[in-house]
Amino acid sequence: MRLGKRAKEMIRLNTVRILLIIVTFVYVLPFFWMISTSLKADQDLFLMPPKWFPIPPHWENYKQAIQYFPFFTYFKNSVIITSLSVLGTLLSSPMVAYGFSKIKWPGRDFFFYLMLSTMMLPFAVTMIPTFIIFKKLGLVNTLWPLIIPSFFGSPGSIFLIRQFFNTIPDDLIDAAKIDGATDWQIYWKIAIPLSKPVLTLVGLFQFIGSWNNYLGPLIYISDESKYPLALGLPTFLSRYGTHWNWMMAAATLSVIPIVIFFFFAQSYLIEGIKLTGLKE
Amino acid sequence: MKKSKRRNLIKGLLFIMPWLIGFTVFTVYPIAASFYFSLTEYHVTTPPKWVGFENYKKLFSDDLFIISLKNTLYYAAGLVPIGLFVGLFLALLLVQPLREIVFYRGIIYFPTIVPAYAFATIGIWFFHPYLGFINQILDFFGIPGPMWLSDEKWAKFTIILLSQWGAGGTALIYMAAIKDIPKELYEAAILDGANRFQMFWKITVPLISPATLYYLVTSTLAALQIFDLPQIMTGGGPANSTLSYVMYLYRHAFSYVNMGYASAMAWILFLISFVLTFIIFGSSKKWVYYFGSRR
Repeated sequence: MRLGKRAKEMIRLNTVRILLIIVTFVYVLPFFWMISTSLKADQDLFLMPPKWFPIPPHWENYKQAIQYFPFFTYFKNSVIITSLSVLGTLLSSPMVAYGFSKIKWPGRDFFFYLMLSTMMLPFAVTMIPTFIIFKKLGLVNTLWPLIIPSFFGSPGSIFLIRQFFNTIPDDLIDAAKIDGATDWQIYWKIAIPLSKPVLTLVGLFQFIGSWNNYLGPLIYISDESKYPLALGLPTFLSRYGTHWNWMMAAATLSVIPIVIFFFFAQSYLIEGIKLTGLKE
Repeated sequence: MKKSKRRNLIKGLLFIMPWLIGFTVFTVYPIAASFYFSLTEYHVTTPPKWVGFENYKKLFSDDLFIISLKNTLYYAAGLVPIGLFVGLFLALLLVQPLREIVFYRGIIYFPTIVPAYAFATIGIWFFHPYLGFINQILDFFGIPGPMWLSDEKWAKFTIILLSQWGAGGTALIYMAAIKDIPKELYEAAILDGANRFQMFWKITVPLISPATLYYLVTSTLAALQIFDLPQIMTGGGPANSTLSYVMYLYRHAFSYVNMGYASAMAWILFLISFVLTFIIFGSSKKWVYYFGSRR
């Protein structure tokens, strides 16, 4: 009986394993197809059945792609936008979160729920007047409209950090106050150092959000020299879309930074869900 | 006492100042301004000209507007339930106690951080009617594949299908919810002779319902604003079959610089989002369970 139960469990787990291998395969396929295509000679693109493993690999597709696809310029712009946005959100969001968590003031909850409700607001509603503001400031066709808003905190990040601050015992803060520390000192010397995990997570989320933002750059940026990858790749697609091997070489180049990022961030992102309080 | 309360109020407001300024400049003012613009004819270079509700009236006799609205509802009707199903299915697999589970989690989560512009590009090629991976495989088995993005009838569905590549995010949320269910509940159910199917419907589904609520709200709002994939993959074609609401709004705002008309569209979207969110939250009392004594 006991053995039977264990054997049953083994069968069940192996069924799960097979399903997972199939699913994983499906999730990897498009990447495989991308890389495989990026290394094919022009005439091999039309082969039936397709050559799965292009031998010899045609690395010159990458040289061709780079020639028409200034990857490093786009990459640089993406890096500028993303790193400044991460800086902005990390400077502003924890501060706001502290005001929503460790200081008791009348109206706090009202403002907090007001902030949460703005998360439901469709971007399209604020998009046009925000564009007009930046236009009047003469900042259209610069990277600034993509960076500046992050310095005012983002509701999602503020929410996450606040949840974390709420777990810091009040005794700790009261003790510091008795020692004569101001709220500002407590914020910098106690709250911030204790919150590294959630700050890392917030930084990573902002990184992904800025790096992947497409509509923002599409609205604000018209000079190709200021394009981030988000605009560079679709532009390349619309111009050289029939050269699928170059196209996929460019796509591979665009995905490589994400792979490297994922390699370092993976455990934070996947484990980080615990910090989001969504499990409540 | 009163003095300290006032001091705390000032301190609190100072701490939230960055958000408060951002909220005023980038949320409150734009909401008000976009409503005002929606009642005007506004081409940016000249000041807005008051037209009352003319833009709204025009919208409802604008065929493309109606098409884009219908398309968007189609996207939402596909993306939300299919995404729920796929995400939950993945989560159920990914919480199983396998040694190499971390590996599967990594692979399945990875596409969620791949930018839409990159996977739109990859997707076009993957679903290419003649040379794409999918149709070559189908061809191998002697099945004539559909034209995918080039066929009016299939194009939206292709985009919905491709979006499932990002289902790892939903799976992650469900995984956390499933792991949080107390093991004792299942043990008690087994003692009572429940089978896996019953345990899933009677224990798992109700106890992950808060995650479902979160999913329904966020995914519905996201689906109503779908833009990146159709914009890059088809530009709205063929025959406007993939034209989404925000794409059409974007066109009016930034291609035709017709800000008044676009603002009216933005406000209608605002109302639709609000009503749908309200319906989901309103119904949630009936089907969302919070385990234990919480709230």
